Amino acid sequence: MNPPPAPSSWRVESSQSGDLELALAGDWTTDSPAQADPKQALTEIRRHRESRRLRLTAPELGRWDSVLMIFLITVIDACRDDRREVDTLALPAGIRALLELAYAVPERAGARRGKIGSPWLANLGKSALRLWDDAKAFTGFLGEAALSFATLATGRARFRKIDLWLNIQECGPSAVPIVTLISLLVGLILAFVGAVQLALFGAQIYIADLVALGMLREMGALMTAIIMAGRTGAAFAAQLGTMNVNQEISALRVMGFAPLEFLVLPRMLALILVMPVLCLYANLLGIIGGGMITIGFFDVSVTQYLNRTQEAAHLTDLAVGLAKCTVFGVLIAIAGCMRGMQCGRSASAVGDAATSAVVTSIVLIVVSDSIITLICDRLGI
Amino acid sequence: MGEPIITVDQLTMAYGDFLIQRDLNFTINRGDIFIIMGGSGCGKSTLLMHLIGLQKPARGEILYGSRSLWKTNAEERQRIMRRIGVLFQSGALLSSMTLAENVALPIAEFTALSRTQIRRIVSYKLALVGLAGFEDYYPSEISGGMQKRAGLARAMALDPEILYFDEPSAGLDPISAKLLDDLIHSLRDSLGATIVMVTHELPSIFAIGTNSVFLDPETKTAIAAGPPRQLLAESKDPKVIRFLTRDDGSAEAAPGSDTAIAAGVTP
Repeated sequence: MNPPPAPSSWRVESSQSGDLELALAGDWTTDSPAQADPKQALTEIRRHRESRRLRLTAPELGRWDSVLMIFLITVIDACRDDRREVDTLALPAGIRALLELAYAVPERAGARRGKIGSPWLANLGKSALRLWDDAKAFTGFLGEAALSFATLATGRARFRKIDLWLNIQECGPSAVPIVTLISLLVGLILAFVGAVQLALFGAQIYIADLVALGMLREMGALMTAIIMAGRTGAAFAAQLGTMNVNQEISALRVMGFAPLEFLVLPRMLALILVMPVLCLYANLLGIIGGGMITIGFFDVSVTQYLNRTQEAAHLTDLAVGLAKCTVFGVLIAIAGCMRGMQCGRSASAVGDAATSAVVTSIVLIVVSDSIITLICDRLGI
Repeated sequence: MGEPIITVDQLTMAYGDFLIQRDLNFTINRGDIFIIMGGSGCGKSTLLMHLIGLQKPARGEILYGSRSLWKTNAEERQRIMRRIGVLFQSGALLSSMTLAENVALPIAEFTALSRTQIRRIVSYKLALVGLAGFEDYYPSEISGGMQKRAGLARAMALDPEILYFDEPSAGLDPISAKLLDDLIHSLRDSLGATIVMVTHELPSIFAIGTNSVFLDPETKTAIAAGPPRQLLAESKDPKVIRFLTRDDGSAEAAPGSDTAIAAGVTP
């Protein structure tokens, strides 16, 4: 629809009065084929050392947009640095108004800052300090959470009971499909890994021991915890983080609710109540999964498998697994809620909160799992 | 004023079966500062969403020049959308980018300019809205008013012909709101842009509005249109008068009150 843009051009000449004149012509738009370089114009201007005034004119100016403006601003800035006066009166009114606007608010002193880059040693130190701060924050949050549990015990904790049920629904029944799939497959994998070795000795019947002990003591709890960290821990962090962004948490504080009681307590409670149940379910599914392989591929009858499982697994093993899982539940809930409450006020901060909730939970789960296993070993449980 | 740049023809807006506004007809001319006003919940922002092509009309047409925004292919619509800039209510800056990156985003995407030129344009746009030197700040580090102005810088990045504003002065103090009004006014004058504004700030409406449409939530259609001052002076509709006088019962509170009294407006 528009005619093709005429190339932008400029020329510098001295007028009779001794002033320098920079005349602009052609189209100065973003889609012009060739863009004029202000540096060339400046070299040309600086060659005329004697004249102290530069007059800007636009005798044959066609269409123009920001491209012209940045050319002019670069020239004007440089001329001011050279203490050369710039006269814009001959420019069209629109350009003059825009220039005025651009120079209307002077840069606030101290506002500008460069890209922040620090040496790697400083970064290393900073992350070490951050680790320490994190540890302090975690301990603090743990303490506050414990206090809110104390209020709960005295029956004075204020939160909506419906929130607790909603959270239980969200953590428990909604997670059943994924827990089913994962634990069944983990049981299956355990059976296969053991079977390949045990079949060499004709000791296939002991696959049942391996699966039962493996699931009850370790894998059931661990897999449930990892699923819940990814599913629920991240959700807690994102929910609370978004509430923080929307100032909902501030609103609760102002209304006299302790966010820790109102938001964190029902979430922690829900997760702690639900985790052992899910773990129990995962154990069962794992044993079924292992049974499918043992019975289907390794000549063991259903009765044999069940008998062997019964003999191998004791109630203590189940209790250790459930205890672990409860601990994991507490850790996931704390990590998720803490990261959510610490969240900054932007979209990317919510993403960071969810990520770091999952990372923190998984680290805590694995570390605490090793510690508990060590303790059990020492105590001979 | 200039020739019609946007024509809204028999536009009906609805969410599913829920009718928002029906049979809207108005024209926005080149160089106008066009105000979309009305009480809360009347569909002002929904109308804006329709005008900028984020929502499809239930019925009717929106014409940019002589081209329909909706009865055309996606490519053509994209070309029309490139001619417009939008300032959303809270700025809608991308929080993971600095102000400079936010403003540079559309420029780098849609033009073939060099990096130096883009950097200069970004600094120039930020200077226009009074944010010189704030290139490397993240949106979360500056105040709400500054975020809004940075959003304006981004909306202007590609030198759009039409600038849309959604409640530009909401959440600003009176002085900042006045400065923003002045900025909008001088942008219109110097860029030759057309401005479409959703607002219910009476001072802004009277100070800079050159044309307007008044949406009514009860009858679900436009009940008045025209320059705001003229509406105040000549409208006989009690709803319009109550809105434009802040329900004071008289026209005293609003500028141009003498003409309102002369025209015999009664509460």
